[in-house]
Amino acid sequence: MRRKFEAVAIGVSTGGVHALQTLLGRLPADFPLPILIVQHMRADAGSGLAQLLDECCALCVKEADEQDEILPGKAYLAPPNYHLLVEREGFLSLSADPHVSFARPSVDVLFESAAEVFGPQLIGIVLTGANFDGSLGLKAIKQKGGIAIVQDPEDAEARQMPQAAIAATEVDHILALNGIAALLQKLAPRRAAMARGTRETG
Amino acid sequence: MKRDDVEDVEIRLLLEGVQQIYGYDFRDYADASIKRRLNHWLAESEFDTFSQAQSQLLRDRGVFESLLRGITVNVTEMFRDPAFFRAVREQVVPFLKTYPFVKIWHAGCATGEEAYSMAILLNEEGMSGRYRMYATDINEAVLQKAADGVMPIAEMQRSTRNYQKGGGTASFADYYTARYDRAILSSALKKDIVFAPHNLAVDGEFGEMNLVLCRNVMIYFKPALKERCLRLFDSSLLPGGFLCLGLKETLERRKIGERYEEVAANLRIYRKRYA
Ligand SMILES: C[S@@+](CC[C@H](N)C(=O)[O-])C[C@H]1O[C@@H](n2cnc3c(N)ncnc32)[C@H](O)[C@@H]1O
Repeated sequence: MRRKFEAVAIGVSTGGVHALQTLLGRLPADFPLPILIVQHMRADAGSGLAQLLDECCALCVKEADEQDEILPGKAYLAPPNYHLLVEREGFLSLSADPHVSFARPSVDVLFESAAEVFGPQLIGIVLTGANFDGSLGLKAIKQKGGIAIVQDPEDAEARQMPQAAIAATEVDHILALNGIAALLQKLAPRRAAMARGTRETG
Repeated sequence: MKRDDVEDVEIRLLLEGVQQIYGYDFRDYADASIKRRLNHWLAESEFDTFSQAQSQLLRDRGVFESLLRGITVNVTEMFRDPAFFRAVREQVVPFLKTYPFVKIWHAGCATGEEAYSMAILLNEEGMSGRYRMYATDINEAVLQKAADGVMPIAEMQRSTRNYQKGGGTASFADYYTARYDRAILSSALKKDIVFAPHNLAVDGEFGEMNLVLCRNVMIYFKPALKERCLRLFDSSLLPGGFLCLGLKETLERRKIGERYEEVAANLRIYRKRYA
């Protein structure tokens, strides 16, 4: 039976703006899964990136606010200086906890909490980056039965983060950005099959 | 049942027990981060599972104290979000100055950096002696640190930068004395601040406040507890008083928001309406 995915989580660092523009830019406006993104950035980076991505992609991209409901077809970017987490009730939360893997927002934090909530229905993706954040998180996603995709280090602007992820866990797909975009569309449930009941949020 | 579900049950029981024995209620905290921190605490502890920890936890206050330290996050810094402090200086203080005396409440003040930053700002604006600041937190260990007013000297570089970006008008080095690896804050900053324990989940309001700050505390709470806090702040504030939240917290989409006007929406500074 075909697995029904519920969410995509993406972690990216150095070279991320370009990579996200490329990847998200190739997804259609009616891409049926929510996309949660951690892009490393400086604490005082401001909210420009969400806007930039929103303008250049068909998808709707926003900087995550506390208690945002996780909606299909929307991309949520972790705000600078906060970790982004997923709550069971289907909404997002933020935390000002200490840095994890030298980062805040940290990919590991997002991936681990998303894995808890979405289990096998989660697609985790590690893209370009010059550090090791995300590899523990991707491992957690795999342990909960989710699927792991890593950008081909040859295709990445900075190869450490993809390489670390590949070393840390058994990755399902190693692909260039184009390939990842195509795969996502293949994995995503078709729009009609998506209609899941609206969840109560408190 | 998967192992995870067992763990969820264990955590629920643990928090229940903690509430009944020690009166600290963490059941209304957002699951994702508290779970993360509980797991972290467990990994560092001598116990293998939460059930195993439970019996000692309920009998041994020391174990509970270590849990409490593990699950409350006290990360803070001086003049955190400099643009926010600049806006307070430019858009809030002019109103505060019209009162002979003002009262300020910092809810969730952690180790006091935010309160001391505000004291610096108010003193520079000529309000020394004309305000009383109540800085509260659930965690008494951090309150003790806050009252001591001693900070790692390594923090001072970032503090100085934040202070300048936040519109500071003097020399930041004048506000502390360096002693080995610590910075001892000047007593002029301490004299108008009262540090006291207060638990936002159970305790009541502070009356007649002109300014309430609660930044990066409610992000850890479930919606119902957030609502409780906002009601508490609302009943503590005088009409015309100011409410400041963390940069990622908002009154938008909230009923109580109707009673406030935005002073600096992006910086989450709100003012309670008169009627
Ligand atoms: C991340 S710190 C925020 C410090 C500071 N306001 C800032 O923004 O830099 C959160 C603080 O909230 C406190 N806190 C957590 N739960 C609380 C509660 N129920 N009542 C009062 N304070 C609480 C924690 O102990 C911690 O010191």
